[in-house]
Amino acid sequence: MQFGLNEAQQILQKNARRFFAAECPMTEVRRIMETDTAHDEKLWSHMAQQGFLGVVIPEEAGGMGLGVVELAALSEEMGRALVPGAFISNLLASSAIHAAGSRKHLAEIASGKTKATLALLESSAKWDPDAIAMPALKGEKMFVTDAAIADVIVVAARDHGELALYLVDGKSAAKTPMPAVDLTRRIYKVSFNGGGELLARGDAARKALDQALDIATVALCAEMTGGMQRTMEIAVEYAKTRKQFGKPIGQYQAVQHQCADMFLWTESSRSAAYFAAYALDSAIPEARSAVSVAKVYASDACRETGNRGVQVQGGMGFTWENDTHLFYRRAKASEIAFGDATYHRERIARLVIDQRHPQAVNA
Amino acid sequence: MDLNLTPQELQFRDEVRAWFAANVPKDWVKRRNAEESMQARFDYLRQWQRKMFDAGWAGVSWPKEYGGRGASLMEQVIFIEEQARAEAPPMANVLGLGLIGPTIIAYGNDAQKKRFLSKILSAEEIWCQGFSEPNAGSDLAAVATEAKLHGDHFVINGHKCWNSYAWAADWCELVVRTDASAEKHKGLTVILVDMRSPGVEVRGLKQMSGESEFCEIFFRDVRVPAENVVGKVNDGWRVAMGTLMHERGTFGAALQVNYRRQFNRLLEIARERGRTDDPIVRQKLAQMYAEIEVMRCNQMRAFSRINETGVPGPEGSIQKIFWSELNQRFQQIAMEVLGPYGQLAHGSPDAFDEGQWAYGYLRSRGNTIEAGTSEIQRNIIGHFVLGLPKSY
Repeated sequence: MQFGLNEAQQILQKNARRFFAAECPMTEVRRIMETDTAHDEKLWSHMAQQGFLGVVIPEEAGGMGLGVVELAALSEEMGRALVPGAFISNLLASSAIHAAGSRKHLAEIASGKTKATLALLESSAKWDPDAIAMPALKGEKMFVTDAAIADVIVVAARDHGELALYLVDGKSAAKTPMPAVDLTRRIYKVSFNGGGELLARGDAARKALDQALDIATVALCAEMTGGMQRTMEIAVEYAKTRKQFGKPIGQYQAVQHQCADMFLWTESSRSAAYFAAYALDSAIPEARSAVSVAKVYASDACRETGNRGVQVQGGMGFTWENDTHLFYRRAKASEIAFGDATYHRERIARLVIDQRHPQAVNA
Repeated sequence: MDLNLTPQELQFRDEVRAWFAANVPKDWVKRRNAEESMQARFDYLRQWQRKMFDAGWAGVSWPKEYGGRGASLMEQVIFIEEQARAEAPPMANVLGLGLIGPTIIAYGNDAQKKRFLSKILSAEEIWCQGFSEPNAGSDLAAVATEAKLHGDHFVINGHKCWNSYAWAADWCELVVRTDASAEKHKGLTVILVDMRSPGVEVRGLKQMSGESEFCEIFFRDVRVPAENVVGKVNDGWRVAMGTLMHERGTFGAALQVNYRRQFNRLLEIARERGRTDDPIVRQKLAQMYAEIEVMRCNQMRAFSRINETGVPGPEGSIQKIFWSELNQRFQQIAMEVLGPYGQLAHGSPDAFDEGQWAYGYLRSRGNTIEAGTSEIQRNIIGHFVLGLPKSY
């Protein structure tokens, strides 16, 4: 049994860490987040050169053809560096295209030439694909990440009551920014008025959407773990150097134990995220519940780690110049994205309680 | 990542599984929750250990030369999981097998190994641990029980507490102060004491759960041969820490299986009682499912790390906090699912599962205290893992 990254995966992760440290330090994050779209074309093209944009896109379609574990290793580093922009949007859209059995746009997405996103939520704001109501293809989608820079949008809609996925030219849709908490990943209202090319319909559409959401959710959980790790490091560093009453504040148990909790949550999120990645790669029966377990845990843990990160640093932690709030903002957006803990607990309940999912005590 | 077992590990698992299937006493599951005297229960578990010993399953982790199986870490984990999965009774000599035997193997001399080890495996001699004192709990190095050398004997005076199995024990691994003038960690010695020596008195301590699982022990002018010292005189802190390392180790492997079994049972009860449509109950059950799964992931990661590198990784240090706090939340949720039935104790004909849920609820309260309090565990993470200054 080997729970952890193999040598090649470790190299990938190390390279990613080095790459983002050089190409996307916090000064760059702050510069990019002040732009209209929080997207930087130069960083994006460099990421494409590294192969990062096509990690799970098959080699024959122009990607690296790696697994979800490798994707998680990369995502964790991106979370640690708080890389702004459309990575998760691109991943979700390209995974849906691939899962629908198409290769359209995949090579261009991997090479960075085409940027993609997926439009799912509507005014009902429900993540469950059953809640999709917009008729094909006329109406408004909401909370669509990175829509402003998307060349292509995968749209989930209903065609005569049936769920269907369409590819829509990004330029043909009207986009309105929805100003929100996370400054590094922008969301939009997007209006569609006809057009679009059918990608999948019925069960095939549902399957493709579910699969893409599972992959993107695991990547997000790994990214959240990276963000938690960095949040903890910033707080621990502060607790070691900041003195009050003549001692480093990290010597006081009230502070030290909060740091220990941050550590416990970060490591546990990491374990759950990588197990879910492995579960998707090896298609074990409990893969779907493993994804929800990871998101349930990371959603609460990421928010709480942010809370402690600010608290430990006191007034300094509440300032704009301290990086903690940027992670804190991202944590809230990530907690919400693809369903919060409450949503995923209900998904677990459906898989485990209702379907009497195999409950092997020890398989 | 590869979480599959190797062909050899699968073979080992099948062998263990087959043995338990054929040998776990059929009456155990019923008897487990039945009312019987501690002594009668203990005799039963002693016989069970003897049976496991005869079949070569006592001390699987011990080296072959000392009567064990020399099992790899993964094999130990498999063994523990299979034991829990088969709902096999525990072995009587829990502390001897898990803590004291390994300590003697690591620090004892040849004569001690020869004298004690095989009788630990066969349950012929039962062991307890004498570490904590009324004024030395989390601050173990504050031990005040004194041992003074008179010729070839130490004379011991003092008071130990929270001693599991002391009422049944033949021997005790005792931490004593042999040099009162030295710095507190440097004047300690570990010595093996015959519990039948004159001057040893054991008193039961009744716990809030109603049992007397543990005791206190008084030592009044107890004479112990100097040859019973483990390691060197005044080097007891190192030996005692070695023992406590074993207390963490693979302990969680069985818990994870037990928690999952209890969760499955609670799910059955929730269905029977028509509670699984209640959205709040669904949320709470799903939360527990998730936490038990995360604990399992943490454990697989920790075992895999030890297997590869020989040393526990950072995820190892969170296990104690994780399982103990998880169990307290789980037992509370069980109470909520059971509603008014949850409070019914053993002996109540209306209780679910012979009152084990009420017992489990009370018993879980001790989880964040035993084997190192949550506060001490957070100190350990803060200082030894995160590098924050020592707080005490």
